Amino acid sequence: MTRQKLIVVGNGMAAGRVLEHLFEEAPDAFDVTVFNAEPRVNYNRIMLSPVLSGEKAYEDILIHDDAWYAERGVTLVKGVAIGAVNRETKTVRATDGTVHGYDKLLIATGSNPVIIPLPGKDLPGVVTYRDLDDVEKMIAAANAGGRAVVIGGGLLGLEAAAGLKAQGMDVTVLHLMPTLMERQLDPAAGYLLQRAIEARGIEVVCKANTHAILGETRVEGVRLDDGREIAASLVVMAVGIRPNMGLAKAAGLDVNRGVLVDDAMRTSDPDIYAVGECVEHRGACYGLVAPLYEMAKVAAQGLLGAPGTYTGSVTATKLKVTGIDLFSAGDFADAKGREEIVLRDAARGVYKRLVLEGNRLVGAVLYGDTADGTWFFDMVRSGTDISDLREMLIFGPAFSGATPLDPTAAVAALPDDAPICGCNGVCKGRIVTAITAKGLSSLDEVRTHTKASASCGSCTPLVEKLLTATLGDAYAAAAVQPMCKCTDLGHDEVRRLIVAKSLKSIPAVMQELQWKTSCGCAKCRPALNYYLLCEWPGDYVDDQQSRFINERVHANIQKDGTYSVVPRMWGGLTTPDELRAIADVADKFKIPTVKVTGGQRIDLLGVKKEDLPAVWADLGRAGMISGAAYAKGLRTVKTCVGSEWCRFGTQDSTGLGVKLEKAMWGSWTPAKVKLGVSGCPRNCAEATCKDIGVVCVDTGYEIHFAGAAGMHVKGTEVLTLVASEAECIEIIMALTQLYREQGRYLERIYKWADRVSVATIRSQVVDDVPKRAALLQRFLLSQATAQVDPWAERVKGFEAHEFSPMAEVGKMEAAE
Amino acid sequence: MNRVLQGQFAADWVAVGAVSDIPIQGARVVKSRHGDIAVFRAADDTIFALRNRCPHKGGPLSEGIVHGHSVTCPLHNWVISLETGAVEGPDEGCARVIGVKVEDGTVLLDLSRLTVS
Ligand code: SRM
Ligand SMILES: Cc1cc2nc3c(=O)[nH]c(=O)nc-3n(C[C@H](O)[C@H](O)[C@H](O)COP(=O)(O)OP(=O)(O)OC[C@H]3O[C@@H](n4cnc5c(N)ncnc54)[C@H](O)[C@@H]3O)c2cc1C
Ligand code: SF4
Ligand code: FES
Repeated sequence: MTRQKLIVVGNGMAAGRVLEHLFEEAPDAFDVTVFNAEPRVNYNRIMLSPVLSGEKAYEDILIHDDAWYAERGVTLVKGVAIGAVNRETKTVRATDGTVHGYDKLLIATGSNPVIIPLPGKDLPGVVTYRDLDDVEKMIAAANAGGRAVVIGGGLLGLEAAAGLKAQGMDVTVLHLMPTLMERQLDPAAGYLLQRAIEARGIEVVCKANTHAILGETRVEGVRLDDGREIAASLVVMAVGIRPNMGLAKAAGLDVNRGVLVDDAMRTSDPDIYAVGECVEHRGACYGLVAPLYEMAKVAAQGLLGAPGTYTGSVTATKLKVTGIDLFSAGDFADAKGREEIVLRDAARGVYKRLVLEGNRLVGAVLYGDTADGTWFFDMVRSGTDISDLREMLIFGPAFSGATPLDPTAAVAALPDDAPICGCNGVCKGRIVTAITAKGLSSLDEVRTHTKASASCGSCTPLVEKLLTATLGDAYAAAAVQPMCKCTDLGHDEVRRLIVAKSLKSIPAVMQELQWKTSCGCAKCRPALNYYLLCEWPGDYVDDQQSRFINERVHANIQKDGTYSVVPRMWGGLTTPDELRAIADVADKFKIPTVKVTGGQRIDLLGVKKEDLPAVWADLGRAGMISGAAYAKGLRTVKTCVGSEWCRFGTQDSTGLGVKLEKAMWGSWTPAKVKLGVSGCPRNCAEATCKDIGVVCVDTGYEIHFAGAAGMHVKGTEVLTLVASEAECIEIIMALTQLYREQGRYLERIYKWADRVSVATIRSQVVDDVPKRAALLQRFLLSQATAQVDPWAERVKGFEAHEFSPMAEVGKMEAAE
Repeated sequence: MNRVLQGQFAADWVAVGAVSDIPIQGARVVKSRHGDIAVFRAADDTIFALRNRCPHKGGPLSEGIVHGHSVTCPLHNWVISLETGAVEGPDEGCARVIGVKVEDGTVLLDLSRLTVS
């Protein structure tokens, strides 16, 4: 019997595995010829990273050497690609011009690295990361020294970066997204990974959009969108892969993203099979080897006339950078009907996230401690019903055997040597012993006696559960209202920890403080954004996406989706020119309503979002800036005419109001802050129902605070009486700063004062003079970077995407 | 990532711009003859599209805060699922989901199901 002729296109990991199966099952079924564009035998592509880092040599990663092919009578044509397939004549044409007939054809062409179409992409020194040639180029570049820029912070990019660093290069990773490996990790875990990468001396720049690759005859660096330039002698593009299906497409096979195959790995031509990264099966394309192995088995069966069934794969990946443990398996996208369980152990740098759908585990991400990876992966693959394990699942197999436990019981079940307080190295046994032996009954006592929870405080919930478990109902935990459902910590604890641990970004807070959700919610994000802004003035970059719409676009949204625009009128003063500019703007942009507000200024209502920058530009030309009528920040300073004109006026209340507004505009506060300055106790500016008010009297300035006239009408408390205007302004700024530092997000001054007491506030901003000076200093420091008119910034193009539609569609029909 | 919510074969895919045009955890508006469409980009880079009208009182969902695969309406804080358009929690209602897919970094919307409402 004449043997059938099988031609294999591509000799990567998938093809190699098909051949192994064929020769095991039926060594004599086929006369095999393999064409491989790469000039070498079959090697283990996933081990290229250890070759790059120098931990392995090429010889160590060979799968099939020349002898293997010779023994099986396989003709391996190295360094020759197949350029075309003619399905009518059942022949292939190779790039060396030869033509070969086949009975069966196997396409295993893998995928191509994505090359971003940047200027300079073809310069020598710009490489991708796919095969041994790339590795050799990288090693050669490393030997010459200098800096490498790796574009792409995914698995491949990070492995390339670690390898190049190990070869002695300076390395910068540029990543488009705000955090690394955003597909696998939530921002908080991405932050952990970034810290680990940076700890090896690799620079990581997130939100970096490469604009151009620089250089004349070879690469000299890259330029980012923001104009920044980074010198480099090597640029590695590791931004993704695309199934290599050009050959199949040209041959007229059905393709979509990849070569389409059925469950038997057959293409739309029954004599042509395809496997590996080049295929698309049931809508999925894969970029990992495990699925390829499953495909290879089924393809071999099909070629041998006994078709099997491939139904798709659940995949798991590991980052292969020595010393960094990262594992992810299954599908961890957040979706309707899915729940997540997140465990963060900040002290050990551990992060675990499980995604559940109904009673099944569908995905798992582990960082820092990946020991339970296989156990979770098995559960994902087998679809085990986990309803009984739910509570303890995230602690892994060691704790999940038993019956469901409530959280207190779970803590009670921990072994005595389980670490509770990472900062002070206190284990469970010591705490329990202290509680029973010394008769402790409160968190504070435990802190004093054991030091547990006395440093960063993030183990407080655990210690409290231990108290409950040990003392039963005798222990009543102090009821801390958690910030939101994403954390057990209250606002004050979060703020304290932001300072104590020097946390400078939202992902850092979420990781270090063990947030229970992957990226927070609409309650905690704006609050965290404010706390960070307040704590790190000039350093923290305001996160626009964590702001409510009004503060993001600096105008108040109205019920019909239009906006209102309120420019500042310092202390309620205006000029004919300002009024003319307002009138002109109202005409020009057909603004339907112009209203005098209750805050002594003018509101333009019904402005279209797209018109906002142009409206602001016109107002700006007349010298007006945003009135921040939307801000959790300084709003209005109402004044009366005072001693300038009024026959009863005792001091220049208008002038003082203007000075206060000029000093304090732009400051962000926990909730809105409104001021009023009246020239005498008749109080025409209603200063005694404002957050901060001043009532001028003959002997000076009576400073009031903690009033409101909204949902609750509340008269102010008197803070103090001072003789000079300068001291009055100083105390008001110090008071505002204390409120900024202690107020919980959305808590107005009167509620804050209720909580911490008027007397303590007075003692800090009036009596304790050094403290007052320090508060003032911090306020001024913050104002130095805060007083930027948001309208002017946006007129210049900042956040331009906010003000124009992404596209307009469906309008061209008439023209076509 | 390719993601097709519905109507893959209804074949009226229209390119509306690049994924990178949309801020992460943010949204952009696409204007159409039949009303505005909000196109969202979640933290994990998944793209979604909804009619830009809150089921409550028509608030522009594009202006809300995006968290997970949900958006909180800017007007009265209803939370809407980006996946299904359904209102989460105690409130009821549904925003219309528009088919969306991403090819080579370009966002395509399926306008075939977009009729006057
Ligand atoms: C425009 C204005 C009404 C007017 O036409 O006069 C107004 C309009 C709004 N007020 Fe007010 N308030 C206005 C003066 C006041 C005053 C009077 C004052 O400031 O002297 C008060 C009582 C004083 C006070 O704040 O204690 C006032 C108490 C409120 C409250 C209740 C606050 C409270 O803590 O109880 C809210 C609700 C809130 O802030 O959560 C509110 C919220 C609002 C919002 C921002 C509602 C919103 O979120 O959309 C309105 C915005 C409309 C817009 O688009 O401009 N507005 N509002 C006034 C703008 C003043 C300005 O020039 O900036
Ligand atoms: C650096 C690196 C690290 C990786 N790490 C991991 C990992 O840790 N875990 C994991 O699961 N996966 C990993 N992968 C992915 C894994 O290597 C691939 O999924 C796997 O190699 C794909 O196998 P394949 O046979 O489909 O394609 P390939 O292995 O790419 O083989 C395709 C071959 O076909 C050749 N070819 C293409 N067109 C033609 C043509 N017309 N004619 C002749 N020959 C042609 C190509 O030259 C190539 O040699 C990694 C990949 C890289 C690059
Ligand atoms: S505060 Fe007194 S003095 Fe001043 S304007 Fe009003 S009434 Fe006149
Ligand atoms: S309109 Fe959306 S919540 Fe009211």
